[in-house]
Amino acid sequence: MRKSIVHWFKFASPQSFYPLAGRMIPWFWAAAAVFGISGLWISFFVAPTDAQQGEGYRIIFVHVPASWMSMFIYMVMAFWAGLGLALNTRVSAMMAQSLAPTGALMAALSLWTGALWGKPMWGAWWVWDARLTSELILFFLYLGFMALQAAIDDPRRADKAGAILALVGVVNIPIIYFSVKWWNTLHQGSTINMNKAPSMAQTMLWGMLLMAMAFWMYSIAVALMRVRAIILERERHTEWVKHAVG
Amino acid sequence: MNAFFATVRRDLLLAMRRKSEVLTAVFFFVIVTSLFPLGIGPEPVLLKKIAPGILWVAALLATLLGLPRLFAADHVDGTLEQMALSPSPLGLLVAGKILAHWLLCGLPLVLLAPLLGLQFDLDASALGILTLALLLGTPLLSLIGAIGAALTLGVRGGGVLLALLVLPLYIPALIFGAGAVEAHIAGLDVGGHLSLLAAMLVLAAFFAPWATTAALRIALE
Repeated sequence: MRKSIVHWFKFASPQSFYPLAGRMIPWFWAAAAVFGISGLWISFFVAPTDAQQGEGYRIIFVHVPASWMSMFIYMVMAFWAGLGLALNTRVSAMMAQSLAPTGALMAALSLWTGALWGKPMWGAWWVWDARLTSELILFFLYLGFMALQAAIDDPRRADKAGAILALVGVVNIPIIYFSVKWWNTLHQGSTINMNKAPSMAQTMLWGMLLMAMAFWMYSIAVALMRVRAIILERERHTEWVKHAVG
Repeated sequence: MNAFFATVRRDLLLAMRRKSEVLTAVFFFVIVTSLFPLGIGPEPVLLKKIAPGILWVAALLATLLGLPRLFAADHVDGTLEQMALSPSPLGLLVAGKILAHWLLCGLPLVLLAPLLGLQFDLDASALGILTLALLLGTPLLSLIGAIGAALTLGVRGGGVLLALLVLPLYIPALIFGAGAVEAHIAGLDVGGHLSLLAAMLVLAAFFAPWATTAALRIALE
């Protein structure tokens, strides 16, 4: 038991995490490419045309994984931030910082593809639906996290302040989601009911799952690349970085 | 508890010596609400429909205006460090400061809201619900805002950053606060809205001083 704890904390040091991340990155990129190519192939060539929505529905193969990732990355970010705050491990805070831009990108992608899907399907780029609105608020939360970290010069303080904000945000996300949902049902005049999802063909589901895996692998690969850059920047005064960079 | 009331008294006293700062936020509230009819047009039916939302958004922004001052002056002259070192728990003193902030920035808005609601043709019972919702909601705004104020203490571009951090977190209060009045006008039961607002207030009253204290300790490091 004792031995395993020591083993795990080994990678809490930037010096030992940096090469580990470097070794993992190519594998995640390869997996992202494999899942992405097969997922795109299924979603463009294998999946049948939807009877009601025509070819336009195919954007959900990007839209749904992006929405999933945007929500999930916030949870992971808050987890690393909380771990960094509790155990004072530097790499945890760096992971939280490196995940934020990817999460914001996913939220933006989800909103954008949602608008592209909404125009032909609903006839409007934007409706004040509960899901759209809470995704937009999630995007604002990411922006706030990144803005706070960017505004504080001392990296240790930036880590801790960002961690508190991420934890406050994660407590608030369910409250925000349910309040937006209730707000939406109160004003039910103009909205479209999205909750009744039509049953999906098996191939469509496969395409979506493969694309979701591709998004996962991409997010991990990019977060690890970013965390390596952050480690180098913050540890630039140390000997091992001088050796590593050469 | 003595330390708590001493902090409240001190902050109120300091604000009374510099009245203009408190009054600015109140006048801001009045001016913003008066701008909407000028921008939208004087149709009574439309104005009555959007009144709860306008009053709530204006209250949100007016509360935000007072937040950077919550800790800034005490941080600059070192009072905050002395508070952190004092034998009474910092969380208690912070709670006192938040209460003082609400008494100065929140309560005036609650008292003014019925008057401004009259300009929007709200009837007496709707004004009552509006006041009650603001009475429950504005302390919530002060509590959540205090976390943001502590996080952005002494940070570059703190004021704008504070708005970016805090406004998304204000959305539930806005929805249920304005929703209560709208539901009342529509003839629905408002109990659910007010209960949820009160529940969020209780939750925030427990957690927010604690999170604010943690953020202040980070800022003081």
